[in-house]
Amino acid sequence: MSQPRFSKDHEYIIVDGDVGTVGISEHAQAQLGDVVFVELPAVGDKVAKGAQAAVVESVKAASEVFSPASGEVVAVNGALEGEPSLINEDAMGKGWIVKIKLSDPAELDELMDEAAYQDFLKTIA
Amino acid sequence: MLNNQGRPTRSGETSSAAAATFTGNRALDMEEALIFETGRLDATGVDIDEPPPFASRLGAHARKSEIGLPGLSEPEAVRHYVRLSRKNYSIDAGLYPLGSCTMKHNPRLNEKMARLPGFADIHPLQPTSTVQGALRLIDDLARTLMAMAGMPAIAMSPKAGAHGELCGMMAIKAAIEARGEGATRNVVLVPESAHGTNPATAALIGFSVRSVPTGADGIVDPAAVKAALGPEVAAIMLTNPNTCGLFEREIAAIAEAVHEAGAFFYCDGANFNAIMGKTRPGDLGVDAMHINLHKTFSTPHGGGGPGAGPVVLSKALAPFAPVPYVVIHGDMLRLVEHRQDSQAFGRMTAFNGQMGMFVRALSFILSHGADGLKQAAEDAVLSANYIRVCLNDLMSSPYGDRPCMHEALFDDRWLKETGLTTLDFAKAMIDEGYHPMTVYFPLVVHGAMLIEPTESESKASLDLFVMTLRDLAHSALGGERERFTAAPRLAPRRRLDETRAARQPVLKWTKPAPA
Amino acid sequence: MRYLPLDAADRALMLARVGVSHIDEIFADIPADKRLNGLLDIPTRKSEIEVDRILSSLAGRNVAAGSVPFFLGAGAYRHHVPASVDHLIQRSEFLTSYTPYQPEIAQGTLQVLFEFQTQVAALTGMEVANASMYDGSTACGEAMLMAHRLTRRNKAVLSGGLHSQYADVAATLASMAGDKIVRLPPDIKASEDLAAAIDENTSCVIVQSPDFFGNPRDLAPIKAAAEAKGALLIAVFTEAVSLGALRSPGEMGADIVVGEGQSIGNALNFGGPYVGLFATHLKYARQMPGRLAGETVDADGRRSFVLTLSTREQHIRREKATSNICTNSGLCALAFSIHMSLLGQTGLQRLARVNHANSVALADRLAEIKGVEIVNQYFFNEFTIRTPRVAEELIEALAKRGIIGGLPVSRLLPDAGLDDLIVVAGTETNSDEDRAAFAAVLTQCLSV
Repeated sequence: MSQPRFSKDHEYIIVDGDVGTVGISEHAQAQLGDVVFVELPAVGDKVAKGAQAAVVESVKAASEVFSPASGEVVAVNGALEGEPSLINEDAMGKGWIVKIKLSDPAELDELMDEAAYQDFLKTIA
Repeated sequence: MLNNQGRPTRSGETSSAAAATFTGNRALDMEEALIFETGRLDATGVDIDEPPPFASRLGAHARKSEIGLPGLSEPEAVRHYVRLSRKNYSIDAGLYPLGSCTMKHNPRLNEKMARLPGFADIHPLQPTSTVQGALRLIDDLARTLMAMAGMPAIAMSPKAGAHGELCGMMAIKAAIEARGEGATRNVVLVPESAHGTNPATAALIGFSVRSVPTGADGIVDPAAVKAALGPEVAAIMLTNPNTCGLFEREIAAIAEAVHEAGAFFYCDGANFNAIMGKTRPGDLGVDAMHINLHKTFSTPHGGGGPGAGPVVLSKALAPFAPVPYVVIHGDMLRLVEHRQDSQAFGRMTAFNGQMGMFVRALSFILSHGADGLKQAAEDAVLSANYIRVCLNDLMSSPYGDRPCMHEALFDDRWLKETGLTTLDFAKAMIDEGYHPMTVYFPLVVHGAMLIEPTESESKASLDLFVMTLRDLAHSALGGERERFTAAPRLAPRRRLDETRAARQPVLKWTKPAPA
Repeated sequence: MRYLPLDAADRALMLARVGVSHIDEIFADIPADKRLNGLLDIPTRKSEIEVDRILSSLAGRNVAAGSVPFFLGAGAYRHHVPASVDHLIQRSEFLTSYTPYQPEIAQGTLQVLFEFQTQVAALTGMEVANASMYDGSTACGEAMLMAHRLTRRNKAVLSGGLHSQYADVAATLASMAGDKIVRLPPDIKASEDLAAAIDENTSCVIVQSPDFFGNPRDLAPIKAAAEAKGALLIAVFTEAVSLGALRSPGEMGADIVVGEGQSIGNALNFGGPYVGLFATHLKYARQMPGRLAGETVDADGRRSFVLTLSTREQHIRREKATSNICTNSGLCALAFSIHMSLLGQTGLQRLARVNHANSVALADRLAEIKGVEIVNQYFFNEFTIRTPRVAEELIEALAKRGIIGGLPVSRLLPDAGLDDLIVVAGTETNSDEDRAAFAAVLTQCLSV
């Protein structure tokens, strides 16, 4: 299991073999507030890098989750239906949103590692 | 661009409870159960005689199951609704500084006029010979609004502001299709500061939305518009004055660029109160503009509606105005209700539009007259600027000392060191007896606070409001926290758990299961 | 001016504080050549007496429904609204309050909406209802768009019994959004074959009951036909009182129910403001347009109400919203709810029986007149008659003799070959004398 990589839109991807687990970062969940609903894609859907994979809703806001990499959705986190709060409680772990079978692993190189992401957060504060 | 700025939605800290009472009432602040808990299924507060026996013609369609709704006698009903009403803030009770909503006084003459049987007790489909007075009223209001806007045509039927936006954009789409450009012009330009109804409206009828940035000075830059224009652009949707409370001073140049590119100019008229009698949208190059009768023209907000959103139209769009509309035929007025051979793009609603609101708006306009309307706009703008200068030493504003129109915009930078949010500040206003201003809108400013006093406030009222906000601001800046984080402490309810409402939606009463 | 509290002294002080010497300095951003220098070309201010005189004169030129025998429905109905309803909605805190965005000081409005939603859900036989739409026709259009979203199809089938203005609203939306509409021809005897019009591309079938011509419809077979093709059934009503006498659309299998609530609590008002009712299954709630009030608790644990599921709406989703709607029909929904609370199910069902009885009595009287044919086998409080005369002329003749006798169908359907049909409504506001007068004058007009 690799280290998470981050996009400028605050999604992360954790790659294991050719499957990446995607969610939103700690910063993103704090920005949104209490998550109340997640609109998930269907297993089998194809997503392109930068295209909408899911939508996370809080009471006052809605945020698109853009896929950090291209591929096919092989799993969605059904637990979010009953417990959308998982994203707030454990965004990087139990609050994962979709798993994608990567079609072009080279795309990962364009993403930031944890340290670069933290630096990025400082610039937009 | 979705609105992705969230904020806390839990109830927050509890504080010491007030003295408990047996009823849960606190003198005149009374608890009130749901009618389903107090009413009885066999009770009714309306006396209706059973008809004598007759042969039913309902056939197999008769209802057999129980509806499950209780009734109340008149005394019980009156008490229920009076108690509920007392939990609401209202314009009649106090200054309602909601930016963009124009919470001006609702004159009671308007209510009296709207209830004249000749207006309230007429059916939209009566023979037109029996409703000439009603058609005349609609026509009079239409002509007056056109004169105020400086535009040659109007669609009266839209039922609300957003409905008016839809009407205006549909007229634009129809005009584009009539030119043969329907397939190519499918983009609408919308500033980031726009009200959410603008992009929602465009998307509803198949346009894709392209964002136009708002400049650092709070207005739209013609160069930015020109950069965004192209043969694929159908229209731009601008609000003027804009949602930051500023007059779009480059509007003429923007209109010119838009027209040169073959596109149309839709104007969101929500803020018309600032400029009525001072300038006319038609002179500024607008092609279509909805007018919120429930904002500028005082028809009551009624807890959320009804509204009315007639749309003034330019010469280019006039042929596409939807049915129905009033026409003069000799010495009679007629209603055109079918498109037939005209270019009308269709119909927005059944029947004739919000007649009840037309009567009220015309009553308002007749009362004020040309001189009063101009004075109202000037007083609204003066009052907003007065508030602005009385607060801007304490509260930060994104546009510095620049004069505003009818609403003053502040942001939350001045609160940063305190750790308090715009929301906290707003909730503390409630304890002081004020409805908070509009918060977190427009989205282009962080923690926005948009204050619109309107022309209906006396100077004493404005001064008290200013002094109260200064007291709160000093408090916040001085390090006080509980006054804000525990607020509201004195309202009928404390902060609500909105997270729970959204995660576990309970959208109607259901009978509790037997214990 | 009586509505403007600031006087010259106030303005002078305020201008000085703002730091300008003349108000026009604040309007400096208006381009100089676009400023209005004088006054608008409309009359100057008027006192209450003058305004009252002008508007009363206009009102006096209309024939109020209550002043003559009145039998016109066709989507808006004259009912008796108890005196307390109009009195209560004029309380300051209901009339002059805003949308309940600050729930701590709007529990009055929010609890009313919660009660309203409960009432609408119960009446329609559905699981959840919203806090109202502008009116029945726009609610119908929104239901169609919702069905498109849910089924990911974009073809709607409209029954020939749907009010033609409702159908026109839906058709306008569809043509603008690039969707398809199939409109069945006017169906005066409720005999159309809707099932045949539904295919695998149909997102929804929209059926009104009682329909425009007054026929109650059995929706169950239509639901079955729709479901077989993966389409949704949208049930429409224009006469809310009918829900007190007829099987609810929810019972008959509707997926979305929309209708006009004007009959309960709201006057005719020449067409508006009215109140759109919208109800559906709980599983579709997130796709429902409009505002929703929900229950929760506050920091002290007390039951409270709040607008919820707001992320469906335009102020958050913007171009991805379920609708562009912002306003609901707040005060009209309040009036509906107060009237419904006064009626209760017992009162509503009795009111519905009186409406039906009065219409049956009316139909029986009219059927006795030579040349008059009652088209409907079944009806609630509205039915269609056929006479030998051109309906529009007949209605004018009746009006000249002081009778508002119903709607000539050709007014709404000018090219359908239905020029001899009139839709007639009978409510609790008609007396025996009214019916006798109608029959007598109609007889006169037909014997000419």
